[in-house]
Amino acid sequence: MEETIRFEIVTPAKLMLSEEVPLVVLPGEQGHFGVLPRHAPLLSSLRPGTIEIYDGKMKITQQIFVETGFVEVTPERCTVLAEEAIPVQEITRDFAEERLKRASDALMVADTFGVRVGAERELRAAEAMCEAVDMMEKSRG
Amino acid sequence: MPSLKDLRNRITSVESTRKITSAMKMVAGSKLKRAETSAHEGRPYAQRMERMLSDLIGTLPTLDVAPKLLAGSGKDSSHLLIIITADRGLCGGFNVNIARAARRRIEALHAQGKQVKILCIGKKGRDSLRRYHGEDIIETLENITRTGAKFGPARDISRQVRNMFDNGEFDVCTVIFNTFKSAMSQEVTVKQIIPFPVPDVAEKASAPGVAGGHGGEDAPLAGTYEMEPSEGHLLAALLPANLSVQIFGALLESYASEQGARMTAMDNATRNAGDLIDRLKLNYNRTRQAAITSELIEIISGAEAV
Repeated sequence: MEETIRFEIVTPAKLMLSEEVPLVVLPGEQGHFGVLPRHAPLLSSLRPGTIEIYDGKMKITQQIFVETGFVEVTPERCTVLAEEAIPVQEITRDFAEERLKRASDALMVADTFGVRVGAERELRAAEAMCEAVDMMEKSRG
Repeated sequence: MPSLKDLRNRITSVESTRKITSAMKMVAGSKLKRAETSAHEGRPYAQRMERMLSDLIGTLPTLDVAPKLLAGSGKDSSHLLIIITADRGLCGGFNVNIARAARRRIEALHAQGKQVKILCIGKKGRDSLRRYHGEDIIETLENITRTGAKFGPARDISRQVRNMFDNGEFDVCTVIFNTFKSAMSQEVTVKQIIPFPVPDVAEKASAPGVAGGHGGEDAPLAGTYEMEPSEGHLLAALLPANLSVQIFGALLESYASEQGARMTAMDNATRNAGDLIDRLKLNYNRTRQAAITSELIEIISGAEAV
């Protein structure tokens, strides 16, 4: 029996996922990082991107897109708190591109600082969403 | 003495009232089931958020370096009260209790010479506070929980509150809402969310259950966490998220309580209508019987006279 770590994704609406996994890769604020069992304790915020869950043969089994969130890692468990989490296969390319377009339009007309910051954040999220769809399509071939 | 026709009319009208209240009871009952499920499913997030936050706060040397959402603005002169009620009535003491608690709180704060601002979530709260404290109400949000409590609106409210706090419009923020106990009972809860009361890590470990039963094994880890990016950044990002969660939790509780209260109130109303119908029916039958008897007497005495 190989070693696993308890991995959870929690959204305000529900406990979305809770399973034992050998490896998971997370989109940390300062770059992607992998979490293996017996990882050192870590708190990090996440940026918009894809969470990748691997199986024992180091193949990606699930891809989940998160927009913002936090992760808490201890040697036994890894908990992701995300306001929204969507399995990547549920995102359509049209939806992601539409969102990207809307976000860049919003950034063009943003006049005050506050609006601008919000629009930039939205744009980054939309870009990450498109990227996630790209990656998934590539991995499917 | 009401005539037979009057009685018949009254019986029909009470019967249709009973139909309405019993339908409302059914609706509230099914909404309650859903509300309970979503309140239940929302709990893990709040729990883990609390755990993460207390781990993080445990690493801080002093509270002075903490962001304002935690440390406060250093003053205590202006209070924001968020008052969560229903948009509609017919739910027993649900709205009344909140309004009473709110009024008591407002008067206490006024007596201490503090400035009070009120944010009403739900129409009914505003309606009952408007008479005495109308000038303190800064805004009323309606239809937030029309289709159940959702996280989106909670986040928007939290953002609005945060903006006001950043602009120095208030120093302390408190939420007043109903906590769901059971379908029969709710409890008025007053909870301070800004500055966020520091969860006491040591106290929690010794009081199991309060922290959702996770204090024990993790307690020694506090302080050994690696932070990415930095503690300050994390805390600055986590606190607003926590504020949203607190407000979302209050909305969930309030929504479930509302449905419970409405179900109970409508159940009572249905039963009362039933009692009333029984009494009216008895009255109706007696009156009818009396009329028949007096007609018979008239016929018999008429026959005897011949």
